[in-house]
Amino acid sequence: MAGKPKLYYFDGRGKMESVRWLLAAAGVEFEEEFLETREQYEKLLQGGSLLFQQVPMVEIDGMKMVQTRAILSYIAAKYNLYGKDLKERALIDMYVGGTDDLMGFIMMFPFLSAEDKEKQRAVVVQKATSRYFPAYEKVLKDHGQDFLVGNNFSWADVHLLEAILMVEEKKSDVLSGFPQLQAFKARISSIPTIKKFLEPGSQRKPVPDDKYVETVRRVLRMYYDVKAN
Amino acid sequence: MAGKPKLYYFDGRGKMESVRWLLAAAGVEFEEEFLETREQYEKLLQGGSLLFQQVPMVEIDGMKMVQTRAILSYIAAKYNLYGKDLKERALIDMYVGGTDDLMGFIMMFPFLSAEDKEKQRAVVVQKATSRYFPAYEKVLKDHGQDFLVGNNFSWADVHLLEAILMVEEKKSDVLSGFPQLQFCDTFKQKMFPGSQEVI
Repeated sequence: MAGKPKLYYFDGRGKMESVRWLLAAAGVEFEEEFLETREQYEKLLQGGSLLFQQVPMVEIDGMKMVQTRAILSYIAAKYNLYGKDLKERALIDMYVGGTDDLMGFIMMFPFLSAEDKEKQRAVVVQKATSRYFPAYEKVLKDHGQDFLVGNNFSWADVHLLEAILMVEEKKSDVLSGFPQLQAFKARISSIPTIKKFLEPGSQRKPVPDDKYVETVRRVLRMYYDVKAN
Repeated sequence: MAGKPKLYYFDGRGKMESVRWLLAAAGVEFEEEFLETREQYEKLLQGGSLLFQQVPMVEIDGMKMVQTRAILSYIAAKYNLYGKDLKERALIDMYVGGTDDLMGFIMMFPFLSAEDKEKQRAVVVQKATSRYFPAYEKVLKDHGQDFLVGNNFSWADVHLLEAILMVEEKKSDVLSGFPQLQFCDTFKQKMFPGSQEVI
């Protein structure tokens, strides 16, 4: 159907989850095709749909977009979640870069051994509480506004909420000591489009499990060990 | 001095090199402060200059920008190297994402053991010749234009040239089999004084 973006990825979070969040926050309905078999993936490859042979891939406005950051930037700009000028965009890009790095520590989780998972959990909590959360706490405290940039809801707010919730899944009280972020979390979660996305039945994906890992490995033939960083 | 961007990084390529390339391609003069001691780094940290305690950091237009992608996007937009509309920007972002991934395989090189360097060189050449170069070769072949996006010089072209030269440093004949990439490489070097200075 013309109009609705279509997401090509595994049935799980991975790199596509931020795209789901942003489209949902913008109130944009989207379709998904889940990669379950190697054959599906090879069909996409042979069809020339994957510029660098990789997913995520999103069909949107006649384009087959790849590269998660490119996809997110396009959506943010299209739906006015990218600030009002170049300087606001610069701030949003900076903040999103930080939450991207933080979520990157979590993304490899399901692929780690049980022992490495414990170590990585500690790394995630340490990075969150000593590097990333203090930065966003200070931004909010300094300007006293409800949103990170330009006193307006933007991609940066969506991305930070996503990151906070992901870290909380690793340590539920991780926001203690960050009163601004606690208030921020409550505020952003209550925005109608976000609230809807957080309810059961939405296209938000659950914490990845072994089945997800097995699917990714099978489809991509990615059988090497993933090491924590 | 007001006006000139100032780059804070080590005296070497790393993540800052793409910023140097882009500023140079845009013809923008810049200053650099090289981190040589732990004390310098701690001074930057204590001064609150590093949002996430990391470099690269670029002082530009009154901002202390961090996050390489954010810095590059800002410079590209400011100096009209980001296409003319949202769709061209999308293409540039996609292409830059690819060359970024490719250069990422090379960035870790100096930190590897001699044995791992050999393995990684093979990985770089394999990724370049089977994934990335074919993609850009096809883009150029399909539209037959001189530049990657919108028939105009953009950030994507600068970034691709940087990547090509970096891979050539690992295997000098790596562009054999990619005639489109060979041609544009030389053409751009001649046409744009900014990129000539860099080379």
